[in-house]
Amino acid sequence: MSTATRVMHSAPEQVWKLPSRGRVGMLSLIIGEAALFTIFVVAYIFYIGKSLTGPTPAQVLEVPILGTICLLSSSFTIWRSEHAIEHGKMRAFSGWLAATILLGVVFMVGTAIEWQKLIFRDGLTIRTNLFGTTFYSLVGLHATHVVLGLSMLSIVLVLSLLGRFSASQSERFAVIALYWHFVDVVWVVVFTVVYVIGR
Amino acid sequence: MRRVSTMTGWRVLSALAGLSLFAGLSGIAAAAETAGSIPDMMVPSATPAHQIFSLTLFVLLITGSIFVVVAGLLTVAIFRFRSRNSGTIVEPPQIYGSTQVELAWTVVPILIVAVLFLTTARIIFAIQDAPKPKNALDVTVVGHQFWWEFRYPSLGIVTANELHVPVSPMDRPQPTFLKLLSADVIHSFWVPQLAGKTDLIPNHANTMWIDPHTPGLYLGQCAQFCGSQHAMMLLRVYVDTPSEYAAWVKNQQKIGVQDPAVAAGRRVFETEACMNCHRVAGTAATGAFGPDLTHLMSRSTIASGATTNTPEHLREWIKDPSHYKDGALMPSMQLNDEQLNQVTAYLETLK
Amino acid sequence: MSDLPMPSSQTLEPEPAQHGSTALLEWLQGWLVTVDHKRLGILYILYSIFFLLVAGAEAMLIRIQLAVPNNHFLTAQVYNRYFTMHGTTMVFLVGMPILFGFGNYIVPLQIGARDMAFPRLNALSFWLTAFGGLLLYYSFLGGSGLYGVGNAPDVGWFAYAPLTARTFSPGNATDYWALALIVSGFGTLGAAVNIIATTFSMRCRGMTLMRMPLFTWLYLVVSGLTLVTITPLTAAQFMLLIDRYLGGHFFDTQAGGSALVWVHFFWIFGHPEVYVLVLPAFAIANEIIPVFSRKAIFGYPAMVAASVGIMFVSLGVWAHHMFTVGMTSVTNAFFVLSTMLVGIPTGIKIFNWIATIWGGRVRFQVPMLFCLAFLYQFLIAGLTGIMLSVAPLDWQLHNSYFVIAHFHYVLVGAIVFCIFAGLYYWYPKATGRMMSERLGKWHFWLFVIGFHITFDTMHFLGILGMPRSIYTYQPDRGWNTLNMVISLGGFIQAIAVLIFAYNFIVSYFRGDEAGDDPWDAWTLEWTTSSPPPVYNFAEEPEVRSRRPLWDLKHPHDTDWEYEG
Repeated sequence: MSTATRVMHSAPEQVWKLPSRGRVGMLSLIIGEAALFTIFVVAYIFYIGKSLTGPTPAQVLEVPILGTICLLSSSFTIWRSEHAIEHGKMRAFSGWLAATILLGVVFMVGTAIEWQKLIFRDGLTIRTNLFGTTFYSLVGLHATHVVLGLSMLSIVLVLSLLGRFSASQSERFAVIALYWHFVDVVWVVVFTVVYVIGR
Repeated sequence: MRRVSTMTGWRVLSALAGLSLFAGLSGIAAAAETAGSIPDMMVPSATPAHQIFSLTLFVLLITGSIFVVVAGLLTVAIFRFRSRNSGTIVEPPQIYGSTQVELAWTVVPILIVAVLFLTTARIIFAIQDAPKPKNALDVTVVGHQFWWEFRYPSLGIVTANELHVPVSPMDRPQPTFLKLLSADVIHSFWVPQLAGKTDLIPNHANTMWIDPHTPGLYLGQCAQFCGSQHAMMLLRVYVDTPSEYAAWVKNQQKIGVQDPAVAAGRRVFETEACMNCHRVAGTAATGAFGPDLTHLMSRSTIASGATTNTPEHLREWIKDPSHYKDGALMPSMQLNDEQLNQVTAYLETLK
Repeated sequence: MSDLPMPSSQTLEPEPAQHGSTALLEWLQGWLVTVDHKRLGILYILYSIFFLLVAGAEAMLIRIQLAVPNNHFLTAQVYNRYFTMHGTTMVFLVGMPILFGFGNYIVPLQIGARDMAFPRLNALSFWLTAFGGLLLYYSFLGGSGLYGVGNAPDVGWFAYAPLTARTFSPGNATDYWALALIVSGFGTLGAAVNIIATTFSMRCRGMTLMRMPLFTWLYLVVSGLTLVTITPLTAAQFMLLIDRYLGGHFFDTQAGGSALVWVHFFWIFGHPEVYVLVLPAFAIANEIIPVFSRKAIFGYPAMVAASVGIMFVSLGVWAHHMFTVGMTSVTNAFFVLSTMLVGIPTGIKIFNWIATIWGGRVRFQVPMLFCLAFLYQFLIAGLTGIMLSVAPLDWQLHNSYFVIAHFHYVLVGAIVFCIFAGLYYWYPKATGRMMSERLGKWHFWLFVIGFHITFDTMHFLGILGMPRSIYTYQPDRGWNTLNMVISLGGFIQAIAVLIFAYNFIVSYFRGDEAGDDPWDAWTLEWTTSSPPPVYNFAEEPEVRSRRPLWDLKHPHDTDWEYEG
């Protein structure tokens, strides 16, 4: 037995490095979420042009350029804040984080205005036709994810302003940022499907 | 060389034994009970069912052989390498794998898959993409929650639950092409001795074809769960000889019999909401939610096969449909005894 | 001995003295608020065994109803509820939780970790799954809801649209069904994320990916598959609820919606789901067969590759459940091919198991008996699977009792047999006591006999044209004797399961002391005490091969000298 003991521990001391569980967990979640979105996207594409009654996308949809620019830029700002916290620059971190949240909120306000117009001016609700059903479901599902992301980012911002979020937690922030990037990428897909292909 | 061929022969034999056991047992068990029509896919009576039957034998032969070989190996391994003495502490030699061996048993399944796939594809195309001959009979089948509607657009016939098709002799084929629709949920048309099943899907027309070689009655039923009385959505296909078929068509094309002796019953039928759902050609009754009753008496069952078509059963069915088929969409009309007798008498005239 | 990975756990375990009812409350609280992977694993398993008995009872009622033709034991409506609940329960409240229960308990121990990557997420996942189950069964009381119509779900476990639309399924039973699966689905998703993060990030020193025990490997694969399997179901359930509650039209054929969209979405979930259930069964067999054959698993890299291969292929075969919906001949042919391809990695696995036994010294203890039966039954299940993958045969056999027989061969003959094997195998680790071998053998033989009487016979019924989901049948179709035989077999299985339940409970109090390593096994979970301490290992183990205990027990013939 003593030989075995020695053998087992005389192994050369290599560096034993494993990936961060936060990142692995978030990546797994993102894969799952991607599958969820895929189903809604496939349903949307399948039902393009299959509505029996109006209004059609071409009649009522306007391309949300401002919101899209804002949301996509927020990927840049959150990347800056990731960079800042890694280097311990907490003020810059809070600044870029606040900018990210602001951009996200602008996107959400844009969606709210769009939906308000669709519902009250164009009379398109989730029960109007297949377009309404698939549109509100897909865009709504994405918007839910944006709201979720904004909530997480806001909590971090508040903690950071209270001085309770330190550079040592940059890894945790990186995980949240990963989620935010994912939400942005999903928007690219949703935008393409809904406003480019589907219109 | 000789040894190998005996081995192969032995395998084929044992596979065949398994196969006949397969077909035989089921046949025996069934035949012991009834002389009637068993919806047995192993007793095919039309080309699609025949092609599937031959393919089944081929597939059974292959899978049977695989079973004999693999299960044999496994059995040999277990018995030959069983631990003989429980007290032993000597471990057997450890073998971690062998690339050659593993490669071999990866290649063999690939070859089997290739053979199976090519055979299967051939039959898929043969059945599914079979050209429709000019003389083919067209029937539209509409699935309803818990009954079948059959429409013969070229003959102007509408009937229910019992499909009549002409026999299609091998030398002078006259197949029937079915267009499958659904009025509500998904159903599935399955008469095993004639063909495989095809689903009836709302908003999605399907087709299938049958060419029954022998006259007779073929049984089947709905094969996709469609609600509470899915089990009582039975299906009867009568394959008629040419003369029987001509007679049947001639009768079905007539309007409903108008017998003054049962005028009272007809009045009940036309005033107590029966006619909202049922049609009797040539009368005011033009409902389309329930089966067409113009020639109700030409059918041997009622309630989509739930019971035989006798006056007593018919009366009971009208009185309380849930008696035979709890969950059928036909409501009980709360008729009194006299009305029941009258309406039953009327329906009895609809030959 | 001091630097061996064998902790002297008993002395380190904190054991505060407790008395009377406070002790009981604290004990209860200890289980309710626990984030310990072992306790959660046990909770998962107990929860599943409970529902196994419930769904088994439902199966018995179904078999009483079908034992004779034109039976009035159950009404059509009640029968439809029971077969729907039987299927839903067995898949979502028995199969999934029990397998994640095993994963929870074993994976951290096998990789030398002290807990899962996210212990609190782990607890959340379990309780979500648990509440999903309660929600489903609450429908028996609440399904009538405000409308007084319906009761428990009665739309079949695959709930084809548009039968699930408000028009055809009034009342709330279908809503409970959808909600329950969404809630338990979130739990499953959490469990899968957790197992992936654990296997990637919590391995002890030296435990490279290619040194992970196959059990852990398969759990990694299965969790990855779960990520992309359970979410499509969740998406489809959301759509169903949008249709039912918000007046959407996803599956509304009156408004241009397609019934087939649901069918596709369901089987995009449903088929990989079969592999989600069967891969953990393979995982269990991968541990037990080598240990009881006294030989290392044959072809470890091939086994890993085959599992990963099955994972990917299984994502492209779903439409073989749809050969009868009227797809084009080319589409049908494509799915025939993709389905048959599954047979190749599966074949590799079966051959490797046989090769593992070949040249070994097979010990016929109860866990191994179940695994051996699994090998035969899984072979048959695979072969009938190939028959069903042949689309023209499927046109005949689809939705018939042949299919019922086939998937029960997979779900019972393969999965439930492996689950029983796993329960007998790891019970001593979790409780410190052995389950009775004598009762175990009774359980095994009765279960095997009952299983074959029931499910072998079912194949013939399918060939004779009996469709599934029917509450009764006509006496003139030649199905009477076979149905009676099937029902009798069902009761033999029920008796076997009751023997198991008795054994499971009684052994906890009266079983023989197990010791740390009762089976003379090789993976890390057997180095720690039985039951393991809260922290699993007093010091982090370090491994150099796939069988660290083999190395320890055979210092002159270690694995790491041979493994590539």
